[in-house]
Amino acid sequence: MPKIKLAEKTIELIKEICASFDNKEGELINVLHQVQSKLGYLPAEVQEVIARELNMSVAKVYGVVTFYSFFTMKPQGEFPISICMGTACYVRGAEQVLSEFKRQLKIEVGQTTADGKFSLSSLRCVGACGLAPVVMVGEKVFGRVTSPQVLKIIEEYKEVNVEE
Amino acid sequence: MINLIVDNKPVVVKKGTTVLQAASSIGIEIPTLCHMKLEDMDIENKPGGCRVCVVEVMGRKNLAPACVTLATEGMEVKTHSIRVVNARRTVVELILSDHPADCLICAKSGNCELQDMAHHLGIREIHYKGEQSTYREDTSPAIIREINKCIMCRRCEMMCNEVQTVGVLSAVNRGFNAVVAPAFEMNLDHSVCTYCGQCVAVCPTGALTEVDQTGAVIRALSDPSKTVIVQTAPAVRAALGEEFHMEAGTLVTGKMAAALRRLGFNYVFDTDFAADLTIMEEGTELLGRLSAYMKGDKNVKLPILTSCCPAWVKFFEHQFPELKDIPSTARSPQQMFGAIAKTYFAEKLKLKREELVVVSIMPCVAKKYESSREEFSMNGNPDVDYALTTRELARLINLANIDFRTLPDENFDQPLGESSGAGVIFGTTGGVIEAAVRTAYEVFTGKPLPRLDFEELRGMDGLRKATIDFNGTPINIGIAHGLGNARKLLEEIKAGTSEFHAIEIMSCPGGCIGGGGQPYHHGDVEILKKRQRAIYSEDKNKKIRKSHENPYIKKLYEEFLGEPMSEKAHHLLHTKYFDRS
Amino acid sequence: MADYNMHVLVCGGTGCKASESEQIKNNFKKYLSELGLADEVQVITTGCFGFCEKGPIVKILPDNTFYTQVTPKDVWEIVEEHIVKGRKVKHLLYKDPKNDHLIPDATGMDFYKKQIRIALRNCGFINPENVEEYIARDGYAALGTCLSEKTPEEVIQVVKDSGLRGRGGGGFPTGLKWELTRKAAGDQKYVVCNADEGDPGAFMDRSILEGDPHSVIEAMAICGYCVGADKGLVYIRAEYPLAIQRLKVAINQAKEYGLLGTDILGTGFHFDIELKYGAGAFVCGEETALIHSMEGLRGEPTVKPPFPAESGYLGKPTNVNNVETFANIPVIINKGAAWFSAIGTEKSKGTKVFALAGNINNVGLIEVPMGTTLREVIYDIGGGIKDGKEFKSVQTGGPSGGCLTKDFLDVPIDYDNLLKAGSMMGSGGMIVMDEGDCMVSIAKFYLEFTLEESCGKCTPCRIGNKRLHEILDKITSGKGTREDLDRLRILGNVIKDTSLCGLGQTSPNPVLSTLDNFMDEYLAHVDEHKCPAGQCKKLLHYSIDDEKCTGCTLCFRNCPVGAISGEKRSPHYIDQSLCIKCGVCLEKCKFGAVLIR
Repeated sequence: MPKIKLAEKTIELIKEICASFDNKEGELINVLHQVQSKLGYLPAEVQEVIARELNMSVAKVYGVVTFYSFFTMKPQGEFPISICMGTACYVRGAEQVLSEFKRQLKIEVGQTTADGKFSLSSLRCVGACGLAPVVMVGEKVFGRVTSPQVLKIIEEYKEVNVEE
Repeated sequence: MINLIVDNKPVVVKKGTTVLQAASSIGIEIPTLCHMKLEDMDIENKPGGCRVCVVEVMGRKNLAPACVTLATEGMEVKTHSIRVVNARRTVVELILSDHPADCLICAKSGNCELQDMAHHLGIREIHYKGEQSTYREDTSPAIIREINKCIMCRRCEMMCNEVQTVGVLSAVNRGFNAVVAPAFEMNLDHSVCTYCGQCVAVCPTGALTEVDQTGAVIRALSDPSKTVIVQTAPAVRAALGEEFHMEAGTLVTGKMAAALRRLGFNYVFDTDFAADLTIMEEGTELLGRLSAYMKGDKNVKLPILTSCCPAWVKFFEHQFPELKDIPSTARSPQQMFGAIAKTYFAEKLKLKREELVVVSIMPCVAKKYESSREEFSMNGNPDVDYALTTRELARLINLANIDFRTLPDENFDQPLGESSGAGVIFGTTGGVIEAAVRTAYEVFTGKPLPRLDFEELRGMDGLRKATIDFNGTPINIGIAHGLGNARKLLEEIKAGTSEFHAIEIMSCPGGCIGGGGQPYHHGDVEILKKRQRAIYSEDKNKKIRKSHENPYIKKLYEEFLGEPMSEKAHHLLHTKYFDRS
Repeated sequence: MADYNMHVLVCGGTGCKASESEQIKNNFKKYLSELGLADEVQVITTGCFGFCEKGPIVKILPDNTFYTQVTPKDVWEIVEEHIVKGRKVKHLLYKDPKNDHLIPDATGMDFYKKQIRIALRNCGFINPENVEEYIARDGYAALGTCLSEKTPEEVIQVVKDSGLRGRGGGGFPTGLKWELTRKAAGDQKYVVCNADEGDPGAFMDRSILEGDPHSVIEAMAICGYCVGADKGLVYIRAEYPLAIQRLKVAINQAKEYGLLGTDILGTGFHFDIELKYGAGAFVCGEETALIHSMEGLRGEPTVKPPFPAESGYLGKPTNVNNVETFANIPVIINKGAAWFSAIGTEKSKGTKVFALAGNINNVGLIEVPMGTTLREVIYDIGGGIKDGKEFKSVQTGGPSGGCLTKDFLDVPIDYDNLLKAGSMMGSGGMIVMDEGDCMVSIAKFYLEFTLEESCGKCTPCRIGNKRLHEILDKITSGKGTREDLDRLRILGNVIKDTSLCGLGQTSPNPVLSTLDNFMDEYLAHVDEHKCPAGQCKKLLHYSIDDEKCTGCTLCFRNCPVGAISGEKRSPHYIDQSLCIKCGVCLEKCKFGAVLIR
């Protein structure tokens, strides 16, 4: 596979994170959490560096990354949209809301729009069942969402430009 | 002691015994699929995942997996009740529902544990049809991964990680998509895989198999413009018979030579000859380093490590590149044979190397990779053209409708077919170093060996050591088989705490007799032990038992190479290693 | 709370936070300081009040006024009217749905009347980020008593006598578990708090950690004292940032106060707590999987025995309890085993927290004594079914549980009764379903969850659940047969019988219980290809009413698959073989001409 060279700065950052956990193999999940929170995702090259630092096989790192749904190897959209598919939200129509998002954004769950603006995921219970069905855009929670509101939510973010 | 009742029969077992073992002790066989135990070798796979071995334990809510459930006092077990059989059949049906039904053309057909299980349980219909996993097929120089056929028994993962510590394979993804694969589901040839083939040796289905070169060999045999010669590795003769339903450990050296001749090979030679040659080169190198060391040379690299095993070579190139100056530079017997065949022997036949096809029969899948290494070819023409496994040879013999069991014993051809007993024992763990000792002792001391059998170097323990008295000079010898054991010795060398002068390393548990290309042992360690005994008995019955006494080796040096470590020998019989980290 | 004469409690639970409770709190602070009242009125963010349906909630002490559905814009009015002038803001008070009476005090609300709050005792009453408020409500008294007055054996005896059983779902007696870990040989032992709440539709543990983190910390220290562990680990979902933050604050405060760390309260007992993060794997709620996950591995369960009590985290004896279980411990120590065991039923003592959700009027977090009936929970506390619809089923135990019919409404809730009824206690999710919910789809929904969360280690769970799901999918698409129904049952039972861990062993429960209780609905799908609840999209039939259709062509232009044809200004027609039942025509038609059946 083609090896994309990571920036020296990124490698240093990963090394620092690993070192902060004493480069212990048993801290792999904590390391992955921190690295993902800094980089947004865990591409192959990043996993290779982590494996080297923690002195473990990269296959094991990959095995862990692919086991837990929280970890992702794909960059997320600028505005990650998550639809709660907990039971409370499900019985209050989350499925229709999700399919409306899919229809409007023309992407499936786990994908990102071509312009990189939105990515779509489903999650299990954010614990705001009183507001069911719940949609999260980034950290912001939208409660009691109905299909017609979906477009409005998308429009709201389309105009926002996140500055670096 | 623990008393329990299995299928209405009382059983008394030791504490720590599983229900599976308890039942087996009174002749009740509970079918298993993922479970595998190589007794006395510290190799066991028991994830308790396939659920085929479930049994009914009275008083327990659900069924219990016999392979991991310990027998307890007063336990009452039913191993084949209606409930159990129904569950077992359903579980196997489920596995089959996510398994390609291409048994007719599967490389593993006839040797597949899943196929046997379906047959054993009398499954005639799969009631649960649905989506099947689809993964890309991956072909490397030695191993094919057809992961659609993976049943998540995890044996390969256990071998790759716990036994070999290579760490290429891991369970990845989860749920229905879970499968065993390399990181990022990359191809094996991009990974640090050593091609030791132990994953292939234990895979119960056709998910992991060797690259099949029988077709290419048949084409070469039927090409009148080619002279096709064959070499057979020492461990093959101790195992090939199993493929023809002969008792494990039956030596079939003569029948094998006869079969190869009937297959149409123009010359039937023996890798054992090259093993003797290896001893000449490697032994000389060892003595050179030892003498320098004794003279106080601080730069000399000790211990010297054997280099016959291609998986082991690839292992240290990936994992211990800083130690790449330590192993002997001697090529493996397969490659020495190839180099000599395409020079010395080709000259004798007045053939160009391109007109000569060298086929090797190996107990190994890594040999396929080794023969494809660039440094072992000249102008794009490899020294060894094709490396078949023992299993592939058996397929060729079957294909040609040769009745193997009734073949007469025939001899190898000369000049590359003569070997000493030392060459033969290359096939088992401890054998290479014992062969080296037989020659090195005499060269070093200038005296004949007082004895030929070094029992202290033999056995099946993963790590062994012995001190051999070289007429007053104690030589410390280490032996490791299984790369995990090798790793321990390498860590010592790295740390500067190694006590050894010479170390033999073989990748496969048991050495080549347990190679990834051998007939499947299906978890029966007795088979490996019998093969080992066969190798030693062949050695014992040889007239010549020391490599340097092989007359054809002497002749080869006289006519062609000069002396061990000569420039020509260096060019043809030695190699260098690469940092692949 | 001594120096202030008035307190404003703003709910900081996740639901209320999502409805801008943070802004509400800030507005209070801003207006109060503008009026120079900042020193007299204290504003506190609390944990979840429970009544999420009516959030965000603001409570004023000392008069106990309970304001519901407050928005940041309402704050000025509360400050001006209530705090300054002493007049209640009527339109923010809870209106009793039975008689439209305004109820200013929580104790007067049906939602709270039948609840007994033990595990949730402090949620909504204290500032979870202030250890002193916890201490003021007897916090850490239990730890002090244990360390200075009781031997570990005595404490374990109290827990055993109380009859407390694991609240994570299994219901294993907590005292016994502690005893096993205490007796296990090992130089190092661990106490683990399982806060990997993963049931879809459950947020009990999260609310406790957000509202009263010290109760869990205190209990873990007590447990450490009992089993002989000096190290505690909380395995918490990374998706719970607020709970993580509050737990961290609480651990630091406890350390500052000498309630954690070395030589706690001068007794020579050491105990520290470390956080380990889950990463989105439901199976990690299973003890052995959780432990592997804490070790940095794939969260695959292993066969028990050995139990964690003998060989757990890093191969050492480990006691794993769930958040709610721990939250009960300090009260049991303080009030005694007899007090606790007087609450509940014969074999299930104390209370249970439920996340009540679904199509019910009062969604929220409730805590009721064991033995309360489902009817009381759903109708008295939950206020009945939303929009006046008919009750159909209640699902307890999450993906491991079952769906119960109205015949079970009078079953007193406890571990054994729910099991007997074909469901289970589980961790406390309780989802209410009405006539509009298709039970086949519900079973499929839960199975989809299990399918996604199965670790893939054992055959029955990995492949069996996939096949179950495929059969259900066939049925909800109208292609199912009677034989499929038999297959569901046979396969479901084998999966239960042969799976490696609790996840697989319970995964067919939603299917099996709906087969038992809602067979007629399955039969309608199979025999008549109809979904009685009208939820199965593929069984819907769209057509156009000739009379009403004006031929405006709007449906024709919007149909994504070109299934609609017709001339302008004449009735249109839907080709059933092309229709994908997306419903766009129905949505677009301005004349109500699209019919659905």
